[in-house]
Amino acid sequence: MDRPAAPFDEMYTADGHVRPHYGAYSEWLMRQPDDALRQKRAEADSLFHRVGITFAVYGEQEGSERLIPFDIIPRVLSAEEWRKLAAGLRQRVRALNAFVGDIYHGQDIVKAGLLAPEQVFCNSQYRPEMQGMEVPGGIYAHIAGVDVVRAGQGEFYVLEDNLRVPSGVSYMLEDRKMMMRLFPELFAQNRVAPVEHYPDRLLENLASVAPAGVADPVVVVLTPGAHNSAYFEHAFLAQQMGVELVEGQDLFVRDGFVYMRTTRGPQRVDVIYRRIDDDFLDPLVFRPDSVLGVPGLMSAYRAGRVTVANAIGTGIADDKSIYPYVPDMIRFYLGEEPLLANVPTRILRRKDDLAYTLAHLEELVVKEVHGAGGYGMLIGPTASEAEREDFRLRILAAPEKYIAQPTLALSTCPTFVEQGVAPRHIDLRPFVLSGRDVTIVPGGLTRVALRAGSLVVNSSQGGGTKDTWVLED
Amino acid sequence: MLSRTADHVYWLGRYAERAENLARTIDVQYRLSLLPQAGSAEQHGWEKVLATLGLEAAYAARHDVLEPHRIIDFLAFDSSNASSILSCLRTARENARAVRGAISSEMWETFNATWLEARAQAPSRFTAVNIAEFLDWVKYRAHLARGVVLGSMLRDESYQFMQIGTFLERADGVARLLLVRLASDAEAATEGGAPHDYYPWSMLLRGLSAFENFRRVSRDSVSPSRVLEFVILHQAVPRSIYRSTNLVYENLRAVASGQSAETLRRAGLLHAELRFGTLATLAPQGSVRFLHELLARTADLSDRIGRDFLGHVA
Repeated sequence: MDRPAAPFDEMYTADGHVRPHYGAYSEWLMRQPDDALRQKRAEADSLFHRVGITFAVYGEQEGSERLIPFDIIPRVLSAEEWRKLAAGLRQRVRALNAFVGDIYHGQDIVKAGLLAPEQVFCNSQYRPEMQGMEVPGGIYAHIAGVDVVRAGQGEFYVLEDNLRVPSGVSYMLEDRKMMMRLFPELFAQNRVAPVEHYPDRLLENLASVAPAGVADPVVVVLTPGAHNSAYFEHAFLAQQMGVELVEGQDLFVRDGFVYMRTTRGPQRVDVIYRRIDDDFLDPLVFRPDSVLGVPGLMSAYRAGRVTVANAIGTGIADDKSIYPYVPDMIRFYLGEEPLLANVPTRILRRKDDLAYTLAHLEELVVKEVHGAGGYGMLIGPTASEAEREDFRLRILAAPEKYIAQPTLALSTCPTFVEQGVAPRHIDLRPFVLSGRDVTIVPGGLTRVALRAGSLVVNSSQGGGTKDTWVLED
Repeated sequence: MLSRTADHVYWLGRYAERAENLARTIDVQYRLSLLPQAGSAEQHGWEKVLATLGLEAAYAARHDVLEPHRIIDFLAFDSSNASSILSCLRTARENARAVRGAISSEMWETFNATWLEARAQAPSRFTAVNIAEFLDWVKYRAHLARGVVLGSMLRDESYQFMQIGTFLERADGVARLLLVRLASDAEAATEGGAPHDYYPWSMLLRGLSAFENFRRVSRDSVSPSRVLEFVILHQAVPRSIYRSTNLVYENLRAVASGQSAETLRRAGLLHAELRFGTLATLAPQGSVRFLHELLARTADLSDRIGRDFLGHVA
């Protein structure tokens, strides 16, 4: 199969014309000398350092903090593109919530034969402790960060649904703030949909899923602490929502309720927006060696005395081994056709998919189903012969641990790099809030692979971010 | 508010103030050393600074000889000395980072920027040219941080715990500065030299940004007893010990809880003694004794605040 000559570019059509929604921006960009852009970028770096928008780096010298590179050229979506995308995201997250609820209740989807029982019950993300438990509003994934890419002629594909503790929304907000500070004139020329109300919506969303009967719920953000790589975001969201940022040691369970230790004694907590994985939440139920969690939290949660967001056990729905079935879920639970496509995925537990994959390793991306952050992955076309052989053996040893997808030519967006403005591959992570309603602030976080030709956008592997504009009609 | 958060803002207040006090202490000593009659008293003065700050052992572990430039280096820039100016700025910033959600963004940015600049620009070794510049910069950043706190921080418990930390530290720092001066005077007296009261004591007033204030409110000449009275008891002097104890008491009253009654009583008593006492009634056995007692009392208050509010175990 021939790979397309050039990937879809967000700003330019294949024959080099500027797409209409980029018109005003592109004209402006043409007028900017490289030196001026370079100076703006340096200004952005120094501002980010001062504001301390950094992520902690594991395994380096104590207290290392790094900036996520910020690119000053925005990614722009037209109103029409966004409408379609947003409708698809809403639909998808509704189905995913229905799926998690089903798994922890009647398991109709398994009974209907769409999913093999062992794919659910032998999955490390399945939490038997959640079985039969009611959660407020039937919502499990209160905050979803769905990774979307564009390929082919610009069609959107969902790459993965992050339903556990998706991060990055603070960069979405800070990137916007930075752009407005560096280039105020651009916001006068372009009708860019605002995103600054996200923390407000988040708080509203969290309050809407408080335990029944709590009139004025106390919401907290639970962080693993200042050494966590996403600590900035935890502190940022707590501050923007005006709620306490707590660590496990600040909380305790007494008489079935969760309290925080304050200077005036214990105060009850109703909703915990946790940024800690399931495994570490309650040492009495999950990992006993966890010092980040709160002993007894699970029992208070099961008794309906506190809401945990996202719900415990939500990871069953964003596991890579479950991902291929999301389109089926949409049909099964909603009776609708999916508005957003999945990347065509081969499931290596299936014999014919396995055979095909082994025969086409040099074309495919093979992913470990429990891997995250771009680790545990083979990118066939760029891997060496030895790497492919190594992966072949790993696949043969445990095919059920892997899925395979075609190498997508991710769309590119002009990006300001050392050599000037050049196309780089990007993705998009919109943040979908589910509570009483489903809300999405326009856009999301655009991540960009800064190395020429690279498809890996993760910040841990040299990715950067861009401001994401959704233009209003 | 969360006990852990209160703990961090309390120590943020303390370390920020400690960095400033230290800069002022070094500044006073450094200026003294430039006086023509300094001589051997200069070296002894630096030794007294180390002793009064309780840093003799830590210094001895780093350096074999007592030399002014090494001592300055140790007090200002040595990051292995947890009490150096640089370390205090870092610890203040780390505390701010731990509660960056509970303080204003402007505050966090100020403490963060101070640390980033200090780390990038602080000279790694003392030179006569840049030490004064560095100390001025530390004071300038302290002025800036104070303004940002006053101008942007909600007047809630966070603010009050930070104030408590700030003013306990200030009372402590000013007392130690006075003790250094008194120890040097005592030494000069035993050696039989005529004490030059004017220069050392006016230098001390300048170090506390209080020289002009002294001139404005007092027609007396600069003498040890007048300056002591002024710096310890004057109600309108921003860095007087009385004012610090007053603010500790007022802020403690604002955060008082059922379990803090005894702590509040002790803070109130200290404040009242300084409010209504005179040097003669407060320090019948001399200022040195009085100042040492004062240090013990502020340390006691700090321990009690830790237990009452900050989640420290007894």
